[in-house]
Amino acid sequence: MNGLAIMRDLVSRPSGAIGLGIVLFHIIIAVIGPAIAPYDYADQDVDAILQAPSAAHWFGTDRLGRDVFTRTLLGGREAMMISTASTIIALVWGAALGIVVALVGGRLDEMVMRCADALMSIPWILIVMIFVAALGTGTTALVPVLGFSYGLSVIYLARSAALDFVTRDFILAARARGERRRTIIFQELLPNVRDSLAVQGAMQWSWIILAVSSLSFLGMGVAPPAPDWGLMISDARGVMASAPWTAIWPMLALSSLIIGLNLAVDSLAKVLGVDRVQRSPVP
Amino acid sequence: MLRLIFRRVGSALFTLVFIAVVVFSCLELMPGDACTAFLGREGKGTALENCRERMRLNRPAPERFFEWAGGVLKGDLGTSMQRQKPITEIVGWRLRNTVVLAAAAAMIGIPIAIFLGFLCGLYRDRPFDLAVSATAIFAMTIPEFVSATILILVFSVTLGWTAGVVTAGYKAPILQLLASTVLPVATLSLILTAHILRMVRSSVIDVMGSDFVLMARLKGVPFRQIVLRHVLPNSLLPAISVIGLTVAWLLGGVVIVESVFNYPGLGRLAVDAVSDRDLPLVQAIALLLGAIYIITNLAADLLALFLNPRLRTHRA
Repeated sequence: MNGLAIMRDLVSRPSGAIGLGIVLFHIIIAVIGPAIAPYDYADQDVDAILQAPSAAHWFGTDRLGRDVFTRTLLGGREAMMISTASTIIALVWGAALGIVVALVGGRLDEMVMRCADALMSIPWILIVMIFVAALGTGTTALVPVLGFSYGLSVIYLARSAALDFVTRDFILAARARGERRRTIIFQELLPNVRDSLAVQGAMQWSWIILAVSSLSFLGMGVAPPAPDWGLMISDARGVMASAPWTAIWPMLALSSLIIGLNLAVDSLAKVLGVDRVQRSPVP
Repeated sequence: MLRLIFRRVGSALFTLVFIAVVVFSCLELMPGDACTAFLGREGKGTALENCRERMRLNRPAPERFFEWAGGVLKGDLGTSMQRQKPITEIVGWRLRNTVVLAAAAAMIGIPIAIFLGFLCGLYRDRPFDLAVSATAIFAMTIPEFVSATILILVFSVTLGWTAGVVTAGYKAPILQLLASTVLPVATLSLILTAHILRMVRSSVIDVMGSDFVLMARLKGVPFRQIVLRHVLPNSLLPAISVIGLTVAWLLGGVVIVESVFNYPGLGRLAVDAVSDRDLPLVQAIALLLGAIYIITNLAADLLALFLNPRLRTHRA
């Protein structure tokens, strides 16, 4: 199936169309956000602290007098960028390792999977926290760390997807022909596990966005005063009783993006006929 | 049977050792060490030397690893840099608090999840199932800190039923602690319920479609009896190991939920330790949470092994 046919099939399903619509909306906002934002995200208006939504400030202002609308518009950019980079890293190293161990099997397979099992049993957030404690906060450090820890679940997926094929006749034939391992991986296995990887990649993207927001919420991700949904929600905690709008808008933005992504990924999985959709990062 | 148990326990021990090595070497491979992280900009010259001397960082890594690991086996987790106290002392009460929180969430969440999941599986695709499943997917999709904040907004800010943050001290007696922990427990059990409910639901659907249920139906066994005698036990068995796995989420989620509600547990301690850049403390907490996860998983697997004879013959 080519890209256009997949797209057409995807939007013909209600949940696919809605999900894709929400995700596209968020991506467009992220791209054009800086151009349409009415204020500067760090501008503090001391005369307008914690103001309710009004014509001047559509979503109100936060405890430093910053415009919540502007910050909500821009709040997903950094998380999405980090997530994109980390997802690529996770997919590349996870898929490479997963496919190779599926093909080679035996001792190597056993060893790699044991190690992956053990690493998976440390909650991801602790792995990240160890790194953040040692390297200090900073979003550049987050990309490799998240890419590494989220690659673990890609190994499982790529391995089990590839295992469905390694015993098939066409792989046997390729082996009998004396094809090199690299050829088998790139020419025979990769095209067959591509769909599973695409679905997993889209899912990973949403988990990593969640992870970045959670880390920002804990003060370990995006550094203030940069706008980020997680950071905004964390900021709003002390003033929630008097100014609930400071929390509601970023929560709405983040939740809608994640829900949209989930809807879109579910439909994508159905379109591609992939039945291995991991609903959560927990195996 | 005995061999299976030994193998399972053996692999748990292997995982535990592996985690210790990973946690330790993660920090070794990083630029800088506990002292440079802790001292920050002042980390040069004699201050750095003194600190390294005091923390005994001047020796080769393997030697320090065995000293650390040996200490852990004897119940000594090292010394916190920021707090200048033995970590075991700092961690003790907070470990209890986290276990109390997680156990309360599990005790509320698991029965509700099994009950709702079972009904959803039986009445698949009816309005009840659609409503519950949609809510569950929503609850497991949105991040923990958002669901926690929503609960605070609704029950604390709007309705004023309970406090938005935990006010009990970290040494408070369990009952007093639980009394001020309604919202954290609710957040955790909500998400826990969502995860387990989905598993139980699909497991019930599987069993309902199996040959032995069809056979029982054709034989004319009353529906009630089919459900209670055949479907219930067979669909709950696979759920046991899933419940064990959900603990992985629970432990990661605990870090965030504890921070939202200012709950005096291990998770918030970990966050504080990271912002203080107190590496020995972070290390110890990571090891502890990893150990809790492994033990819970081991217990769930062994329980499944005892309850489900089929697992004993299959290669598990």
